[in-house]
Amino acid sequence: MIYDIAIGEKNYRLELDRASGEWSCRLDGCVIEADAVLVRPGVLSLRLANQCYEVRCEHLAGGLKIWIGQDSLNVEVRDPRSLRGRSRASDEQGVKKLIAPMPGKVVRVLVEQGTHVEAGAGIMVVEAMKMQNEVKSPKKGKVQRLLVSQGATVNAGDVLAIVE
Amino acid sequence: MFKKILIANRGEIAVRVIRACHEMGIAAVAVYSDVDRASLHVRHADEAYPIGAAVSSESYLNIEKILDVAKRSGADAIHPGYGFLSENAQFAQACADAGVKFIGPTAAAMRAMGSKTKARQAMELAGVPFVPGTSRGLESLEQAENVAARIGYPIMLKAAAGGGGKGMRLVHAREDLKAALEAARSEAERAFGDGEVYVEKAIVNPRHIEMQVLADEHGHTLYLGERECSLQRRHQKVLEEAPSPVVDADMRRKMGEVAVRVARAANYTNAGTVEFLVDQQKNFYFLEMNTRLQVEHPVTELVTGLDLVQLQIRIAAGEKLSFTQDDISIRGHAIECRIYAEDPNNNYMPSPGKIAMLLEPAGPGIRIDSGIYEGWTVPMDYDPLLAKLIGYGDSREEAIGRLSRAMSEYFVGGIKTNLGLFRRLLADSDFRAANFDTGFLDRMPLREETASANTRIEEVAAIAAGMFAILGGGNMEARAAANSSANEPAQASSSWKNASRREALRGT
Repeated sequence: MIYDIAIGEKNYRLELDRASGEWSCRLDGCVIEADAVLVRPGVLSLRLANQCYEVRCEHLAGGLKIWIGQDSLNVEVRDPRSLRGRSRASDEQGVKKLIAPMPGKVVRVLVEQGTHVEAGAGIMVVEAMKMQNEVKSPKKGKVQRLLVSQGATVNAGDVLAIVE
Repeated sequence: MFKKILIANRGEIAVRVIRACHEMGIAAVAVYSDVDRASLHVRHADEAYPIGAAVSSESYLNIEKILDVAKRSGADAIHPGYGFLSENAQFAQACADAGVKFIGPTAAAMRAMGSKTKARQAMELAGVPFVPGTSRGLESLEQAENVAARIGYPIMLKAAAGGGGKGMRLVHAREDLKAALEAARSEAERAFGDGEVYVEKAIVNPRHIEMQVLADEHGHTLYLGERECSLQRRHQKVLEEAPSPVVDADMRRKMGEVAVRVARAANYTNAGTVEFLVDQQKNFYFLEMNTRLQVEHPVTELVTGLDLVQLQIRIAAGEKLSFTQDDISIRGHAIECRIYAEDPNNNYMPSPGKIAMLLEPAGPGIRIDSGIYEGWTVPMDYDPLLAKLIGYGDSREEAIGRLSRAMSEYFVGGIKTNLGLFRRLLADSDFRAANFDTGFLDRMPLREETASANTRIEEVAAIAAGMFAILGGGNMEARAAANSSANEPAQASSSWKNASRREALRGT
């Protein structure tokens, strides 16, 4: 498996495979001795050349928050052979998800399914603790699907809509 | 002894009281609002009764509903916890009238101490030192100006009917007084339904030190040592410890004897706390008395070896205290951190939501009083206190060491918490040197919890991210599966996932 990993401004290329219980790992071309066990969902016991790390993973809007000890990093993993069927490299502008930035209640849906929107156009309004947040379209395109309706309660990270 | 106790509260304190009941062989009755059905306190209870909508006035503050549950369940006593109805004299009276024992002081004792101005008047009579100021509500701006001129600026305007920072204004100079008085009055009116405001001299950089008292219903009143509670943010306590690093045995005895005098002046029974402000010369002044069990009671329990909740129950059941003042000794040091569902990067706004992951610390000297569990959704409707993490050791240093270690094991995923604040605080050199006052936390710079620009950590994170993708990140996968768009044919995706799961399992 090959992954393009974005952490802040930097990009890393990770080649990671597992065969007969043995891991092979290359980060930006360098071979690294690695092995890991998924202790429970979201918690990894990772060993890199005998250095031990307990890594926790939180799914957040648009990516992962990886915790190592007290440090947390926002990490985006792009799998070139993505599950979502967008395997073509040229499909960078493909389907994007509209993610709830915080837990709350959908108080207003601003567009209908099928509407064409500009990047940054408001798709719906989520309210929590008496504050309203307009959730904007991540790209210019068509609102393919609205996954929640007015009155729905959402958690941070939930997909609210699909824009293609 | 009581056979059945109704806990008129929720969250971690309800769990605490239920545990004491079970330790004493007493049945525990829980009440829960619509959003609390899955709460930890309901899970622990022997009986549970729904009491209505989430909003407190319709549930946890609803005296009628609670007493109705007491009647239906046959509870012979009610423990009010802290907050909610715990200092409500009307409730204490209603319990007495209904023939259900209220585990706490009498309504009369509550009233005596509940109004700050009345309490100050009583203290004056009892010869207790208190912060110079007025013992009655201010009647006019003119009077306020005269008092302020007499005691000297800076002065503090405070609400007679309540605390938590509401109705409080610090005034540095005469020209600011008018506006401050009006603001304090209206805020107090809104928060407590009573706009009465009084004046105190504002002590510069005070420490907030409180004394635990315990009185049975047979005239025995004792003090159980002090707690240092100076670390507050916007007048809300964040970290407490016992004993106070600046109180020696002599000062403890003096403060304790004053606290006992205060309790006696109010005919106080059961557990209570007398709060003092301590200036830089170590003079202490009576501030107020809290006529309930406090959030931070665990630190006192750890350094005295006493179980305060069990003692509350015994006192209410009419038992005499089985120990004297001489039997009480303070041993070791305990520090408590209040873990809140708050976003430190968003001005500590409450951060409700689902706890996607919970990893709790354990080990020597660690105690957790918690109201949460993994998978539970923190409701938006109440105080966002999740849990208290307490570290105990034979010295302050050891307690800090254990607490820091426990903090590194503690992880709450899915919501924002103030855990990061404690990591910084416990490592702070002034904190470690016990060099702080009530302004310390507010002065501490709000720093975003950004990642260290450490290449090594980034490499580890990159590899870990890849590992999660291959092994199935759990949280991530579940969400992705739940939210997958229509593009992906369900069958193909599940067989890929099954294949990777089988692969992951093989070699383990």
